[in-house]
Amino acid sequence: MKGFRYLDDTAILRLSIEKCIGCGNCQLVCPHRIFRVQDGKAEIVDRNACMECGACAKNCPTAAIYVNPDDGCGCAAYIINSWITRLRGKAPSGCC
Amino acid sequence: MQDFIDTPVGPVPRVVATLTLRDGLGTIGARTGFTRNNYKIIPGLYCLGAAAKDSPVLITANYKLSFDALRRELAGQDLWILAIDTRGINVWCAAGKGTFSAEEIAYQVQKAQLDQVVSHRELLLPQLSANGVAAHDLKKLCGFRGRFGPILAADLPQFLRIGETSEKMRTVTFTLRERAVLVPLEVFAVGKQLGLAAVIFFILSGVSPGFFSPDLALSRGTLLLVATLVATLAGAVATPLLLPWLPFRQFWLKGAVLGGFAALLLFLGLSPSSGIETAALFLWISGCSAFLAMNFTGSTPFTSLSGVAKEMRHGLAFQISSSVLATLLWLAGPFV
Repeated sequence: MKGFRYLDDTAILRLSIEKCIGCGNCQLVCPHRIFRVQDGKAEIVDRNACMECGACAKNCPTAAIYVNPDDGCGCAAYIINSWITRLRGKAPSGCC
Repeated sequence: MQDFIDTPVGPVPRVVATLTLRDGLGTIGARTGFTRNNYKIIPGLYCLGAAAKDSPVLITANYKLSFDALRRELAGQDLWILAIDTRGINVWCAAGKGTFSAEEIAYQVQKAQLDQVVSHRELLLPQLSANGVAAHDLKKLCGFRGRFGPILAADLPQFLRIGETSEKMRTVTFTLRERAVLVPLEVFAVGKQLGLAAVIFFILSGVSPGFFSPDLALSRGTLLLVATLVATLAGAVATPLLLPWLPFRQFWLKGAVLGGFAALLLFLGLSPSSGIETAALFLWISGCSAFLAMNFTGSTPFTSLSGVAKEMRHGLAFQISSSVLATLLWLAGPFV
């Protein structure tokens, strides 16, 4: 992903070191290679590369990782739709 | 499909690795958006080559582009492919939406009676399904262990040979080629709305001191249409292609800058009749291009939802104000 960086300090990604058992699943599945497991614990080495796909959290056996759970592919049309439906008090429908 | 192969649970369709002309046309249909929302295959078990009891089992989505990519890259291999029902959506998006899940895989494994077809208990999953599949849940759901393979189907032959993924296979890319195949969909999406837009353009452009002028409607309406096409080129074609080299990280800014630049190029070729019209077209092109560029965030593999929501607050404000201002200036044109 060289040459592609998105907004810094924006993605919501939290890792609980206490809960982490160092299994390495997060390191395996992350498509942006954000995690590294060292001495039995995972650490976030490139937080700003996170795109909130949620693969790490999904595959964490101890729920030690939290990622922005908002459903959506991140396309503008979908977000506009969800803003409009939120204003009208309805559930958003999918886009892609 | 080629023929059927006999298994303990009955015949299983065997597919060929070479894609036909029809597959190629189907790919064009999906990539331009015409057949994209209904380009699927029947979920279930398929086989490639002379698959046997000990052959690997690959899991994929029932989007035909995903399935075709898989079989094309696996020419000469003997293996099983289990297509799960993602309603014709690709692996990564389906995983994000929750349809590519451990539960769905388990359901298809049981439906295909896979435990009687193969002797091993391992499913190979595309890495990009990890946001929808908790691999550790699979074992208790269907008795098969889930293992993540590479991101790209093209890396599968090497993965199958050496038995593990490399760091490179696990890293998502967004090459010029990968961006270029997304462009037709963006352009055709604009094209669908251009008919209605053209009608509005001609009506707005004809408003004049003498109430309505058909001559002005035609000449200025055409100019507005050309400007919109230029904006589409800038926002939906050039922005995706030039993405890593454009300044700024927010997509709407990339699009706005490129749109402004494209407008200046347009003015070299044909000059509007007044400064007011020039300003209107400049704002229109820049604003439309900014919107189209911002919309492209949904097609990239590196933009976070939080980031897109953040940039949209600025982007939408710019796009709405520039298009409103452009409309007012455009309407004012014939009056000054």
